[in-house]
Amino acid sequence: MTLTTTPATTRVFTEWHDKSLDDALVECRDMVESAEFELVQRWRDQGGKVAGHFQVYFPEEIVHAAGMLPFKVRGAPVEPTDSDSHFGSYLCSILKTSLELALTNTVEMEMFVSHPICDAARNLAAIWGRNTDYPAQILYLPQNPNSAGSVDYLVHEYDRVRRLAEQVSGATITDDDLRASIVVFNENRRLLRELYDIKRETPWLIAAEDAYALVALAGMIPREEHNELLTALLPQIKERGLKKEDRIRVVFEGGFCEQPPFDLIRMLGRTCYVVDDDLLIGLRYITEDVPTEGTPLRQLAESYIDRSSYSPVQHDLRKPKEDMLKARIAGAKADAAILAAAKMCEPGLEEQVTYTHTLDDDEIAYFVSEFEENMSSFDQLELQLETFAENLLFA
Amino acid sequence: MTTLTDTPEIVGRGNREGADLFREWFNDLDATAKSGGTAAYVFVMGSINEILKSFDLPVTFPEINSLQTAVRRVAHEYLEDAEDYGYSPDICGYVKADVGTQLRGGEHPMAQIPKPGLTVLTNACNTYIKWAEIWERMYGTPMFTIDIPGTRQEGLITLPGEHDFEGDRTYVETQLKELITLCEEVTGTKFDIDKFREVLGYANTMSASWERILELNAASPSLFNALTDGTIYLGVANGLRGTREGAEYFERLVEEMEYKAAKGIGQAIEEKYRLIFVGVPCYPIFRRFNELFTDWGGTFVNSTYLWFASGGTNRGFQYDLDNPLTSLAEGVLISVRDAMDSMFHQNRAIADMAENFDVDGVIYHPIKSCRTVSTGLADGRKHMTEQLGIPSLFIESDMMDRRVVSEAQMKNRIDAFFEGLAARERQSLASQKG
Repeated sequence: MTLTTTPATTRVFTEWHDKSLDDALVECRDMVESAEFELVQRWRDQGGKVAGHFQVYFPEEIVHAAGMLPFKVRGAPVEPTDSDSHFGSYLCSILKTSLELALTNTVEMEMFVSHPICDAARNLAAIWGRNTDYPAQILYLPQNPNSAGSVDYLVHEYDRVRRLAEQVSGATITDDDLRASIVVFNENRRLLRELYDIKRETPWLIAAEDAYALVALAGMIPREEHNELLTALLPQIKERGLKKEDRIRVVFEGGFCEQPPFDLIRMLGRTCYVVDDDLLIGLRYITEDVPTEGTPLRQLAESYIDRSSYSPVQHDLRKPKEDMLKARIAGAKADAAILAAAKMCEPGLEEQVTYTHTLDDDEIAYFVSEFEENMSSFDQLELQLETFAENLLFA
Repeated sequence: MTTLTDTPEIVGRGNREGADLFREWFNDLDATAKSGGTAAYVFVMGSINEILKSFDLPVTFPEINSLQTAVRRVAHEYLEDAEDYGYSPDICGYVKADVGTQLRGGEHPMAQIPKPGLTVLTNACNTYIKWAEIWERMYGTPMFTIDIPGTRQEGLITLPGEHDFEGDRTYVETQLKELITLCEEVTGTKFDIDKFREVLGYANTMSASWERILELNAASPSLFNALTDGTIYLGVANGLRGTREGAEYFERLVEEMEYKAAKGIGQAIEEKYRLIFVGVPCYPIFRRFNELFTDWGGTFVNSTYLWFASGGTNRGFQYDLDNPLTSLAEGVLISVRDAMDSMFHQNRAIADMAENFDVDGVIYHPIKSCRTVSTGLADGRKHMTEQLGIPSLFIESDMMDRRVVSEAQMKNRIDAFFEGLAARERQSLASQKG
């Protein structure tokens, strides 16, 4: 990198420093629950540039190598006051609240990239671009990952994103810069895997909402800083003296795009141990280290195609989603699945049908629900979920 | 080259012949199903009929099958079946009507629909992918996605020969070759390059004709109704693409339209307002929906539907028969990308139509069922109004589900729109006199 806007040592989230684990986690939750995204503003205040990327997956290493902050655009707990008139009816909330952040300058950015994950979201870059004065583009991740041409194509597409990031940031991104970023992100992936190991093996040591907050912070602070956070807190979490309680173990499925409200995750954690999930799966999409030898863009492309997770928005003949879900349930030794979908989310709602039929066939218990990021009442849902859990516990 | 046959019989011929061909196509599907055969399931935005017809594969378009249940006013029965199976009221009605058809063993008002033997889809609509996964799970049908990268940013359109275009084209060509291999496996037939050239030749005739037909409707009065007549033409354009019958039909349709243009023969009503339609028609009340406009003298002279639902054939792309596969890749990339552009960046299409079609109004019809088409329309309209200043109407309903179609509410809004147009006209006349 020949020009950086902020050094890799830039830090924006210090509130957790020198605090007990419990207090540090409170700071993490507060930052994630906030609709102000002030951590991003702190980055900007230090001269940093921001690359917004919409759900689900984005190769953050590329913009990171340009010295930019990759910001995960995942909606927000806000009313879409300004953005609502830009959309019709029958749409999910995340599109509206994401655009709201841009229209109200809550989060300022230098570029925005989305992937056509669904019929609604594939319109987002065009709408974004008509209403902002910075590049708003689509990254066409392969929808035919089984083609022999998909990796070459994706290398080409990543190179296009590299050129865009160079143009926007003013930096030149060399292969060495990319390799350095891959190293940072590999460490982050390792730490996130470690966090999920804790969830799977000893879920009583970390509340569902705390685990979620720790993941979500990755989408809004420099990844080096996120690595420091996890490196400091994960050992403390493992050493907690908390006791296992009598709760069912569930996998939560349906959080790949629009996020359930924080209070909903908290409610889930009160009722069950959420031992695995697809919440913010894009931040954890690559499942292994990206090799640092060879051509970095090719390594990133091959990792996306061959060493990645799954979601309802990608079809891959090698990864039937119902089989992947069953593997996730088995891998987490879960008793049941919570099959959720955001309201008006077509991929999620369509996948629910397959999941329910498959789990019926395999006699795996499940709980079906819809959510919206702005919902605020969970009493009824909690009652239903408690009943479901009790049925399993006392069956 | 077309020759004008000076006979009144020519007027309306396209509708009659189109309806006949459409019925014959369904009759063939019926025969295929009843003899235990299968069909290739394909979609309107990138059917890749050019390859499938080279293998003589029967094709069926589940989108068309589904809309036919709405036109024939039985869609609700199919939707209910799918919802009982578990599908949400909030997903695409086309998908649900098809699931209903599959659950009924292919029973459909037009024909017995064969089971899928192969599914070919593009990424022009994400629901295509989710939809095909349903057949993959129901029948174990081979599913092939032709991934076609679209425009990355409004106004940044790459062209043949450019680095980024060639990257995309190479990817599409690789996939087309893989599809050919799959077709060979499914049919047990070896790919015949000469037959492929013949099919491409028919597709070329159809594409050139479609482009010409759309262009001819700039005549005043307009020659055909882009909403109703256009849907008949679309049926043939999709179902019979790459066939001799389809090519001949479109040559004769050009002949009819040129005749009408030369004679100044317009639509059946007196044309007072020339309208563009943006979105997908309201099929549950198809005829009545159109009448809500024609009762006021409103005629649809063009639509984005005729662009994207023909898979971008409106561009008239001509395949190079000396270099057929590479050219097909280029043509599919350009055409399907254009189809996507007419949905996501529809203001370019509207500006083009407004410039050439002397337009009085734009009718936006977003629908619950199709977020691909509908999500960006409210924002597009805002910007269209700022840029072009054309009067417009925004009415929401559905293409399948009569539960979200309120005819009375639509009529109120449409009436008010035309009253506004009439008032504008009067003001304009008054200011000219003043």
